Amino acid sequence: MSAGLGDFAKQAGEWLRGVGPLHEIVISTRIRLARNIRGFFFLSRADAKMRADIADAAQSGIKKARTLGDLIHVDVEKLDELDRTLLVERHLISKQHAESSGARRVAFDATETSAVMINEEDHLRIQVMRSGLQLGEAWEQIDQIDTSLADQLEFAFHPQYGYLTACPTNVGTGIRVSVMLHLPALRLTNELEKVAQAARDMRLAIRGLHGEGTEALGDFFQISNQTTLGRCELDIIDDFRTVVIPKIVEYEQNARKALLKNRVHALDDKIWRAIGLLRHARLMSSNEAMQCLSHLRMGLHVGRVKDINLQTLNELFLQTQPAHLQKLQGERLNGEQRSIARATFIRSRLSNN
Amino acid sequence: MGLCQRCKKAQATFHLTNIDPHGNKMEQHLCERCAIEEGLQQAKSPVSVNEYVETFLASSKAGAAAASNLVCENCGITYIEFRNQGMLGCPDDYDAFKEHLAKLIERAQENATHHVGKTPKAPATRKPGPAEVRRLKKLLEEAVAAEDYERAAQLRDRIGELEKA
Repeated sequence: MSAGLGDFAKQAGEWLRGVGPLHEIVISTRIRLARNIRGFFFLSRADAKMRADIADAAQSGIKKARTLGDLIHVDVEKLDELDRTLLVERHLISKQHAESSGARRVAFDATETSAVMINEEDHLRIQVMRSGLQLGEAWEQIDQIDTSLADQLEFAFHPQYGYLTACPTNVGTGIRVSVMLHLPALRLTNELEKVAQAARDMRLAIRGLHGEGTEALGDFFQISNQTTLGRCELDIIDDFRTVVIPKIVEYEQNARKALLKNRVHALDDKIWRAIGLLRHARLMSSNEAMQCLSHLRMGLHVGRVKDINLQTLNELFLQTQPAHLQKLQGERLNGEQRSIARATFIRSRLSNN
Repeated sequence: MGLCQRCKKAQATFHLTNIDPHGNKMEQHLCERCAIEEGLQQAKSPVSVNEYVETFLASSKAGAAAASNLVCENCGITYIEFRNQGMLGCPDDYDAFKEHLAKLIERAQENATHHVGKTPKAPATRKPGPAEVRRLKKLLEEAVAAEDYERAAQLRDRIGELEKA
């Protein structure tokens, strides 16, 4: 299976296409549902044998479910570290799933818009991804997937607490809605506090690029819900759709307008310095690449840069990350070799698009 | 994952990189508590479930004493073990630890106490998988080894029902 993973390092998943509503600021929409199969322990108490039984039960349920179609099934336990990291970089599995041990798997569709992690924190973590702000569409799809899985598997459900989860903070709907935003102008104008406040008002969490405990690299932020009990899925989603995301998008748009109007030289300087580094640097860390690409992306969207292809740019965000870079080079590289390869790769991609 | 820069004690869970007007990059890695004190994070933000349990238990000594004896019959996890790891052992824990969990869930879930939203269709009568039977047999062996014949008898009957089904 591992051999097959190399190929998809060459392209970005559907959700990274840079299309969809408000895509200039909203990178992607993700909805996740936590589910556990009745009759088994949660993973903290499951021994190796039971973990394997859970994985088999979940996988056979997924294979029989009618609306899921043909999925790519990957045995995460058997992958080497590089392939696991590749899946993390593509948001198909979580860091936690990659780094844990024991029987664990993932199934996803060829477009990478839906994935089911098996034996992460819960028996199943179903997720659906979309580019731009597409909460309604994402919910419709995940609702369908969940329903067809429930025909095959009996999920642990409690009359009072709803879907039961390993951690009581996810109980009820088991839903986690995450919207990933690109907010470079708010960072440049030092107004990120406004975003934090908007999220606070609605009791939402802000995290970095890869969720829990990760840094906000390249001005990317994930906004997600914390409360999972006491309100139905659509109400939780509506907070994002009608209140929080439009507000934050407006803040970012205003910050971009203000930069263009009052500080255009400073703005241009940021953008062109980024382009200078991307086109000429000989060593580049993934963090620096992320920050430069972020400024370039902003330059493209505020119309200060014209000759860069948006798709190339989106692919660079993904392909300059450590595992993708090594996959594309076809060999394992240490930190310094990666910095050289990354700089070379970026120069070649930006010189001929 | 590093330690909080401010208190140097807790795990840093809040990461922010700011660029000041002069273009200097300033990174901050703080734990939840310090982030709150620095005004970067909401004071009512969800703390880890462990902290919920800690504060809840600290608030009631009697509660702590009562909690220490709680154990789930199905998976054998004690309330204290859950408290230390933040993860429950099986779905039955929600009833086994009901009283303690109810308060904890309420605090973690903005005072919500009941699920609203999707519910699975009434499951068709399904045959429990062989895994369930195997698991019960293992519990039966343990019960016999522990000379808990009453529990062994209950388990034997349950296994008999399942194998007939």
